[in-house]
Amino acid sequence: MARMKFLCDADRCIECNACVTACKNEHDVPWGINRRRVVTLNDGKPGERSISMACMHCTDAPCAAVCPVNCFYTTADAVVLHSKELCIGCGYCFYACPFGAPQYPRVSNFGTRGKMDKCTYCAGGPLADNSTAEYAAYGANRLAQGKLPLCAEMCSTKALLAGDSDMIATIYKERVLKRGYGSGAWGWQTAYKETIAI
Amino acid sequence: MRVTLRSLVAAFFLAIAVFIAAPASAQQPNSVNPTAASVKEQQLMQALQAGTPGAGSTLSGRITIPDASAANLIQPQGQAWRAFHQGAMLWVGAIAILGMLGMLAVFYFTRGKIMIDSGLSGVKILRFSTFERFIHWLTAGCFIILALSGLNVTFGKFVVAPLLGEDAFATLAQGAKIAHNFLAWPFMLGLVFMFVVWVFHNIPNSTDITWIKQGGGLVGGGHPPAKKFNAGQKVIFWAVIIGGGLLSLSGVYLLFPASAGGVLALQFWNIVHGLVAVLLIAMMIAHIYIGSVGMQGAADAMTSGEVDLNWAKEHHSLWVEEEMAKGKALPPAAQPAE
Repeated sequence: MARMKFLCDADRCIECNACVTACKNEHDVPWGINRRRVVTLNDGKPGERSISMACMHCTDAPCAAVCPVNCFYTTADAVVLHSKELCIGCGYCFYACPFGAPQYPRVSNFGTRGKMDKCTYCAGGPLADNSTAEYAAYGANRLAQGKLPLCAEMCSTKALLAGDSDMIATIYKERVLKRGYGSGAWGWQTAYKETIAI
Repeated sequence: MRVTLRSLVAAFFLAIAVFIAAPASAQQPNSVNPTAASVKEQQLMQALQAGTPGAGSTLSGRITIPDASAANLIQPQGQAWRAFHQGAMLWVGAIAILGMLGMLAVFYFTRGKIMIDSGLSGVKILRFSTFERFIHWLTAGCFIILALSGLNVTFGKFVVAPLLGEDAFATLAQGAKIAHNFLAWPFMLGLVFMFVVWVFHNIPNSTDITWIKQGGGLVGGGHPPAKKFNAGQKVIFWAVIIGGGLLSLSGVYLLFPASAGGVLALQFWNIVHGLVAVLLIAMMIAHIYIGSVGMQGAADAMTSGEVDLNWAKEHHSLWVEEEMAKGKALPPAAQPAE
């Protein structure tokens, strides 16, 4: 099986936010939650770069380690998913996540945390693939249909890559070698304890 | 003639314009090198960790969606919090609670139950009023459920989940979380009441020094004098007030994440909440022990509120004298014979 990852080529990202919009639309993400976001560093200064960030589907995921009810699981494609049936909305995954991926709809006690929601790598959840119930809780399951995450698929500059780790790393390496520069595979060192050596 | 002059003027201004523009265009580089000032993740991460300005903060930028907290790109501190929660927190909690249970077991089997040396007198004296008992049990009842539901979040997956299975455990944990969130409020109310009602009796004084020097009569025997509360009880009181206060403060921040000011503050308050909680739970186990199985006649103080006069004379001699002076205890003759 593949080791699925995201890779954002910050030197190509033009901060169009199409990935953010595509994600919200594809999964009918609840109001107030953005599974993907684009952050601009050094805004307006030399060296400005934008990075599209979502759940990185970490190796040895911190969210899974701290979850009090073990609601996380890693699929055969190395995608980190969670069960909203089990989630109690305690907020611990949010404290632990280096990428700020877990978010909570404001529906529960004192208007704070409901069931956690995060990027599913367009792979749904533990319910039956592409069922209505799965769509309602987790959004579309494109992976089960043989498709890659929509955010990367529709990236206009192909800055955001999704796919097997080796494959997208090779594409990124070729780009960097050809154009002669690259600001690195953002988040990889934190998420996977390895980065792409050029 | 006029036309020639106009064209001359135009040519003059054009020449000036070219003259001014020429140096500017000469400064334009032939090609753009985007890497010259490209921001690299590694540099930023090193800067965050190296004690330079911005250290101890998150790696954040500008965001266009209306959620300011989403501007945090990476927060490496999450790893440290994870290491604490899955490491030190478990050890401190287990050692504090199991250690206290172990020490109490040893104490029970060496010292035994502390009996009333002079036996039951049959005479009762009112120690805690109905209101005092109410606020004690309000706080205590909430504390026990808060403690169990809190421990469940940290230890439940190791201890309870294997027994119940993941689905049943998640349902239990969900209920426990709701109970934890709601019972926090009556607990805080109880803290306020206890502080107001008992703070006067819990101000340390010279009798406490004697009491501590004699080991409170817990070790070695003997009965050092004490007023309404002895030094041990004062320690419990202040631990509950200060510890409970910290739990309340940190708990309110955790309950209203937006008020805490970001994920780093939430991590900090979570650590405070967890550590204070396990230490207070350990203390409360000792408190429950000495108020129940550890000492004859002690539980009466918080059940009926009336304790045996001999118990009171042995453990709170100065308080009994005060009460007798006020004429609050019934003389032995007035008690019905049993």
